[in-house]
Amino acid sequence: MTIVAPSTGVRPAGGSRPSPVALALVHFRYQFLETVRVPMAVLGTMLFPALALLFFVVPQKEVSGDPVIAAAATAQLAVFAVMSTSVFTYGIGVAEDRALPFDPYLRTLPTGPGPRLAGRVLNGTAFSLLGLVPPLLVAVLLTEASAPAWRVAVGIALVMAAGVPFLLIGLTVGYLLSSKAAVAMAQVIVFPLAFAGGLFVPPDTFRGWLDTISTLLPSRAARDLVVPVVTGGAIPSSALPVLIAWTVLFAALTAYAYRRDEGRRFR
Amino acid sequence: MTPEPPVVVAGVTRRFGATLALDDVSLTVHPGELVGLLGPNGAGKTTLLSLVEGLRRPDSGTVRLFGLDPRDPAARVRLGTTPQETGLPPNLRVHEVVDFVGAHYPDPVPTAELLATFGLSELARRQTGGMSGGQKRRLAVALAMVGRPDLVLLDEPTTGLDVDARHVLWDALRAFHGAGTTVVVTSNYLEEIEALAERVVVVDGGRVLADAPLGEVLGRVALRRMTVAVPTGSVDSLLALDGVVGHESDAVSGRLVLLCADADAAVRGLVRSEVPFTDLEVRSASLEEAFLALTSEVSG
Repeated sequence: MTIVAPSTGVRPAGGSRPSPVALALVHFRYQFLETVRVPMAVLGTMLFPALALLFFVVPQKEVSGDPVIAAAATAQLAVFAVMSTSVFTYGIGVAEDRALPFDPYLRTLPTGPGPRLAGRVLNGTAFSLLGLVPPLLVAVLLTEASAPAWRVAVGIALVMAAGVPFLLIGLTVGYLLSSKAAVAMAQVIVFPLAFAGGLFVPPDTFRGWLDTISTLLPSRAARDLVVPVVTGGAIPSSALPVLIAWTVLFAALTAYAYRRDEGRRFR
Repeated sequence: MTPEPPVVVAGVTRRFGATLALDDVSLTVHPGELVGLLGPNGAGKTTLLSLVEGLRRPDSGTVRLFGLDPRDPAARVRLGTTPQETGLPPNLRVHEVVDFVGAHYPDPVPTAELLATFGLSELARRQTGGMSGGQKRRLAVALAMVGRPDLVLLDEPTTGLDVDARHVLWDALRAFHGAGTTVVVTSNYLEEIEALAERVVVVDGGRVLADAPLGEVLGRVALRRMTVAVPTGSVDSLLALDGVVGHESDAVSGRLVLLCADADAAVRGLVRSEVPFTDLEVRSASLEEAFLALTSEVSG
């Protein structure tokens, strides 16, 4: 076999480096491809909320037959979809990236760590949005759920915004733990948060002490924000402060975990 | 205007906890050189490369890549490095990985052209997880070349490859070097350095033990190990023989081991000395033994 090296030649005069925004999109594109190439991982997180709706909501006529209650149930599961997608994709994705020798290699390319992180956030957002599709379809096709279009649109925007603390929880897990531990930790975080936050069972059935704890959880706060917007009820005053408090807390923890990891691997 | 040297390392020290990985290392690589970094595992080669790649910073001393701090992304536009073969994203196709890495550079080599250069055209649509070790290694080296680098750093590019695959990669590296790329390659195989490098830097224990043209270093490292049983009293006279650079005693048989730069001269001297020897045995010294001899030469 003969090998002819491509001429390195003279660099074109106008050859400038690609912009960070363009690179963020490039990272998003290939992370998205990497994620969809493992269909089980995608389908698992995407279908669970729709299946929950199908098995627990659709058969109960008093829920699925009532436009408002069915819409509330759908909104709850939409919050769950975004929460689990965030914690799983960010937590496991970051932990796996850190374990691969490809990650330090990418650090030798002529860009900082920004585009990779931006690409990751875009990827998580894309899968969170995709994760909303199956439960919405089930709700529209198989229940009486109904809400004005603008309420649904605002609800979707709010679900995504309320997903920010879960994104940060995911990043903290991913930067602190190994990939195996991250999988376990993501499960330990997501399911209790979902139950206690009233995403599977409506929180009005909770007793006093459980309701108090529940009110302080980010999952409950996200639910309390989204459900009334969709169904037209009043938003409890606790929801926004609780969500902001968790966001601030985990923004700080993410920064700590990121610096700790950088210090270990790239100091 | 003289071009900035691709690599300038000056008085660099780097510790990991209690381990001194690099101890006051200085090294300048000039444009167009093909430098082999030779040393046993743990010698400090990879640490040195990680500083030049901008992955880590030195505890003291300075590192410059084309005159800039390698931690500045702009400095790395002219740099090409390889991922470890185990590090390729297994779900991405070969052409996707090349496109992805190429997207970071102002003027990347077109993917089809690069894959053809490395004989990977037929594998373009294969996921990297389905490639053989040798194919992955070729892709890894191809990735170092995608940005038309002026400097390429290769950390043990052919470790674990069979002879054919190794020669294919060596040919590729020589072709790129011939086209003007400066190349730094690390290895713990003397054979690899011999096949590629023009200038050899021997590193061990975090220090530069030798920095010289290939032929000169080969003369110093390509030692022979001469084992012989002689009466105890005559050992000293043998150490003074022509061509002998070091000695030890064989752990198993207790025979005298002479490390020789020129075994032929040493054997002739041994015969002429009329020392009553038995059990003469001559073989190539391992690189580790050669390093030991070099170390004692430096410290002694």
